[in-house]
Formats: sequence, C-alpha cells, structure tokens
Amino acid sequence: MRIIINGEPHTMVEAATVADVIAVLGAPPVGVAVAVDGEVVPRASWSTHQLPAEARVEVLTAVQGG
Amino acid sequence: MTGTEEPLVIGDRKIDSRLIMGTGGAANLAVLERALVASGTALTTVAMRRIDAVTGTGVLDLLRRLGIEILPNTAGCRSAAEAVLTARLAREALQTDLIKLEVIADERTLLPDPIELLDAAEQLVADGFTVLPYTNDDPVLARKLEQAGCAAVMPLGSPIGTGLGIRNPHNISMIVDAASVPVVLDAGIGTASDAATAMELGCDAVLLATAVTRAADPERMAHAMRLAVQAGWAARGAGRIPRRYWARASSPDVD
Repeated sequence: MRIIINGEPHTMVEAATVADVIAVLGAPPVGVAVAVDGEVVPRASWSTHQLPAEARVEVLTAVQGG
Repeated sequence: MTGTEEPLVIGDRKIDSRLIMGTGGAANLAVLERALVASGTALTTVAMRRIDAVTGTGVLDLLRRLGIEILPNTAGCRSAAEAVLTARLAREALQTDLIKLEVIADERTLLPDPIELLDAAEQLVADGFTVLPYTNDDPVLARKLEQAGCAAVMPLGSPIGTGLGIRNPHNISMIVDAASVPVVLDAGIGTASDAATAMELGCDAVLLATAVTRAADPERMAHAMRLAVQAGWAARGAGRIPRRYWARASSPDVD
C-alpha cells in the first residue's frame, strides 16, 4: 500500500495504522502529533486508526522557532 | 504595586514574567538555555515542523527542565486552513490550548495576512483554543481580533527579525488604549530601549527572539531585556511627566 508521509512516498503493509508510521519514522513517543488527510488523529487512536491507500500523513514535532 | 510583581494574566493563566521569549535563531541549546535563564521568562515559543526535518525533541526537554510554559506557534503558515491544522497538531503534541497564531502573507516582509489571520482566529476560538494572534500594528484589526475572542493581541513593532524597533508608537498606543485583553509587543525589537518603550506605551508584555538569540552575547542581552521590560513597566505605572516645549527649572529661582 502506497502512502505519503511528510511529503515522501512510502510503501506500507495493507491495513497499516498510524502507530506503524510512527514506528517506521522512529519518532519519539512524546511531543509528536499526526494528521491523516488533514485531520488530527489523537494519540489514543494511533494503534487502531487504519490508513487508507494514498493517505497523506503528516507527523510534526516542536522545534526551536518564533 | 511595584516592578513586575503584578503577574501577566492571559486567559485563565498567570504568567510570572512580562518578557515572553522565542527560541528561534539560537546557535545551540546551551546558548539558548543560558539566555532563557537570564531573561527570567516564564513563557516561550516553539515552532511545529515535520519530524523528518529535525532531530530529537531537545527544545521541549529544555523548556520542561527550566519550568517554562510552552507557547507553540503556527510560524510558516500562509492560510487559515494551514494555521488551524498546525494549531490542532500543536495542541495534540504538546497538550496545551495556548497558540501563538501566525499567518504570514509573504516571505519578503513576513507581515501577517489580516484576512486569513482573522478567519483562523475565529475558528480556533470556536475550537476552544487560547489564541494569541501575531498581528499588524493596526488598531482596527486588533479590535476585531479581540471581538473574535482572542485572549491577547500581539502587534508587531516592525517586521520579524529586522530589529527596527517600534515604527508606529502611536498605533501601539491606540491599540493599548482600546484593548481590554493584554497587548503583547511582538516582533521588531532590536535592543533594550525598544522593549522599555513598548512597556512605556502601555503594552502588558514583550515577545522577542532574534534580538537576544542573534546578539553577540545572547545571555547578556537577555538580561538587558529583562531589566528593560521591568523598567518600562515600572515607568508606565509611575506616570511620566508631560512633554514641554520650553525649559522648566528644577532648582529654585535666584533672588
């Protein structure tokens, strides 16, 4: 299954979840948030929220700025 | 009430410093830490970015260790839709309803886009955020942002990163006089006298980053800004003398 993570194409197993994306990125467990197709997916739903094909996933964290 | 002992109140929060800091532009986290400590700040901004473009969460760890409340921003957003999504991601990532709302019109000026800004502010207030909008030094826009339910208004002194100080002090005064929410002078501060001027004009706080993080000695400049904000606040409370055209002797007349 092809999806877009932070603007880059990735191939994931069928029925991959948001938690699988976090694992692929090696993202830290805190200070991170995820949107799928423009909607925030709460952390509590990461392991159950399945991604549709061609999903656009954004994974953000806080950096120095402002 | 003297000095800065009266806390800044934004929404339902008491903030124990009238100097709000940004974290952008610091050479490294060690320099940033010394500057933040010297500034005495209790509230500091961070930006939200895609995780593959950065390494680690060092700035969050630093702010939490120093006991500084985190103010996420929507820097880099060019539309209301982008800013609203970024704010929601910040709330989810950082577990805070505070948001410094920035909607920038173009990269050359980094000036706020007033139409997108007001639209985003209305949406975020409706979604339960405590919204602190970075706005133009426009008294009418500031009033509309307050009417939209923003918890503060944050007019610029001059464009971000220019260090040109407060280009239109009269507009800042008009914003202060009309506002019933805190006014935070945000952007354009170059040196300590600019921060003092903002407070003398009646602002409730100053938000700055570049003036400290890109100073030759960020720690000393942070200390200077802390003193300037305190001095300006105290002077505003003390009530300055009226300006006079001609001299007025301060010593008794000679017989």
